Amino acid sequence: MSKMYNVSASPHIRSGVTTSTIMRDVAIALMPACALGVYQFGLRALLILLVSTLTCAATEYIYLRLMKRQQGPYECSAIVTGMLIGMNMPPTVPLWIPVVGSVFAILVVKQVFGGLGQNFMNPALGARCFLFLCYAERMNTFQIPQKVGNAIINYGAASVDGISGATPLAALKAGETISLFDAFFGFTGGVIGETSAAMILLGAAYMVYRKVISLRIPLAYLLTFSVFVLLLGGHGFDFYFLACQLCTGGLMLGAFFMATDYVTSPITKGGQIVFGILLGILTGLFRFYGNNAEGVSYAIIIANLLVPLIEKMTMPRPFGKGGLK
Amino acid sequence: MGKGTFSGGVHPWDGKELSKDKPIVRLEPKSEMVFPMAQHIGAPANPVVAVGDAVLVGQCIGEAGGFVSANIISSVSGTVKAIEPRQTVSGAKVLSVVIDNDGEYKTVPGFGEKRDYKTLTPQEIRDIIKEAGIVGMGGAGFPTHVKLTPKNPNDIEYILVNAAECEPYLTSDYREMLEEPEKLVGGLRIALSLFPDAEGLICIENNKPAAVAVLNELIKNDKNIKIKVLKAKYPQGAERNLVYAATGRQFNSTMLPADVGCIVQNVDTICAIYRAVAENTPLVRRIVTVSGDSVKEPQNFNVPIGTSHAEVVEAAGGLVGEPKKIISGGPMMGVAMYTLDVPVQKTSSAILAFAEDEVEQYESSPCIRCGRCVGVCPSHLVPQKMEIAARLFDNEAFEKLSGMECYECGSCTYVCPAGRRLTQAFKQTRRAVLDARRKK
Repeated sequence: MSKMYNVSASPHIRSGVTTSTIMRDVAIALMPACALGVYQFGLRALLILLVSTLTCAATEYIYLRLMKRQQGPYECSAIVTGMLIGMNMPPTVPLWIPVVGSVFAILVVKQVFGGLGQNFMNPALGARCFLFLCYAERMNTFQIPQKVGNAIINYGAASVDGISGATPLAALKAGETISLFDAFFGFTGGVIGETSAAMILLGAAYMVYRKVISLRIPLAYLLTFSVFVLLLGGHGFDFYFLACQLCTGGLMLGAFFMATDYVTSPITKGGQIVFGILLGILTGLFRFYGNNAEGVSYAIIIANLLVPLIEKMTMPRPFGKGGLK
Repeated sequence: MGKGTFSGGVHPWDGKELSKDKPIVRLEPKSEMVFPMAQHIGAPANPVVAVGDAVLVGQCIGEAGGFVSANIISSVSGTVKAIEPRQTVSGAKVLSVVIDNDGEYKTVPGFGEKRDYKTLTPQEIRDIIKEAGIVGMGGAGFPTHVKLTPKNPNDIEYILVNAAECEPYLTSDYREMLEEPEKLVGGLRIALSLFPDAEGLICIENNKPAAVAVLNELIKNDKNIKIKVLKAKYPQGAERNLVYAATGRQFNSTMLPADVGCIVQNVDTICAIYRAVAENTPLVRRIVTVSGDSVKEPQNFNVPIGTSHAEVVEAAGGLVGEPKKIISGGPMMGVAMYTLDVPVQKTSSAILAFAEDEVEQYESSPCIRCGRCVGVCPSHLVPQKMEIAARLFDNEAFEKLSGMECYECGSCTYVCPAGRRLTQAFKQTRRAVLDARRKK
């Protein structure tokens, strides 16, 4: 026998989509929101994003080296986590906070439970909630220093516009009215990456176009939340209020980028709808009946914990089982 | 009526343009021919010739070893050189009759004589099909006379011609429909004559408009034959999905198409029925597509069964460079072979040669639970959970997840971004479960 050809089980072709290409697409989809954050909050925001991203990547690398775990082809998932953590930081936060958050996300939420694919909650959200609990004050400071010294370079357009303390969602909670235009395009206070619904939707559209996410979770989430707002939000059928609620806080970022996280959302199609509905209800409860204005992060991490149960309940019916005859 | 599609499936690059416009070329090789006695599902055939015997084209050399079995017919004339185990497509060694081909193609008396099927009784037709050694030529190789003898013949409402040809690169059925459509329609008419109340449905994917046009012209006077155009996607040609797409009826792994009133036959099989019944020509040849980026001139051949793969590839101009992978059948469900030195058998629809092996380029990495496998599974299973069960050798959990409903189409593995070898794990586990059941 001169030459033996390769033998392997079928199929012999692959689609070409890999974990790396998917994570790269998510990172690209996050760019518009990050870019607006940097425009809005200046170099300080860029620095925070870089610090959190690099910390995540470095933490993962060092952990895998120390544990002598096999390093496969690099899949960029830690970079996505790092970007999301950075996007969840107020622009005024001291730099060690994103560092602590990133290490927590990668080590405690992700690697300790087995690494990629094994974490039971979204690492970025786990870190965000951890930071909000531990450093509540620093994480809730949205006051931008105005027009002093290098403020414009450091804090971008926000320091010119004179964005005051409260985030638009907190203002809504306090019963004030806000500008929907500003909230939609992101000319408001808040954490770096969640102020602009428009930029997040742009990124989401890219992910849908690239078939990275399906719309089942975000649509079920946003629709359920809308119904909740109209029925139980305390403002009746006030669509301006509804639109403000949809565009503010972490809702858009959460619905399109965090709730759709593969690892921590149901794998079954029916489960994804149930998951979305659950998120809508929890977010409504937290926003309108809780102490905080914000409810998206807690809603998502609680729903993350229910994923195994949801999957069990929504296993698809195999083709032909109990069919005709 | 079916919606023409099913939920799930994938859209790989179909590669059909390499060979779809190449007319079928008839091969008459002069070299040694090998006829494995097991080319079908069921009991192997028993050799009925001895070493040194002279044989003719159309002569039975292996007799069916039971009801679910099929005759093996010689496709050449010559003398029997050996009866010994020989390597086959699957890699296993199978008892085979080896014939020293004299290259003259002398036939048995009556071979190729025209015959009017309308003068035959249904039982005579079934007997002719049985004698002719016809089996499902789409890949499974289920004996056709068994399929055409259902328990309750009156319940059969549809005879479906599986002309989906959803596997990438394959164009053998397509060429046959274009070049010999009258044989396809004729074969279907014969099959329908066995089931007077049934309707014939020729199921073609919508990427083959030329074939649809040709067949439409031929069937315009047949009230009981229709063409059902299906959406082009893989695995549209899988029996369960085809029946659902064409008729809206569902059945599972424990049932046969006949349980929902359907009989499904592949294009080449239907043409073989026509040749056997109307032209007194048993199953001795089939259409084979030779394609892939390592084949010099991809094209379609009419090959005598028993010809070595190497000889067919030679006829296509040979191989270019050093191919890494040779596949018998399509790239989704075909079998990789380490050598070309095995015979073409009744179920060999294609020989593909590729310069690169895509499988070796993708390392398996951890599952990220993206759900793509769930989305594409045509059997609506959850391959992600099945793989965990398979990896843990937990056959019970695998069965609970309806793992036995998997028919190994490979769609989940094709889309898996983590490069996990799902289908391979399922094949192993399914075999293990079937073995355990047999032992009970």
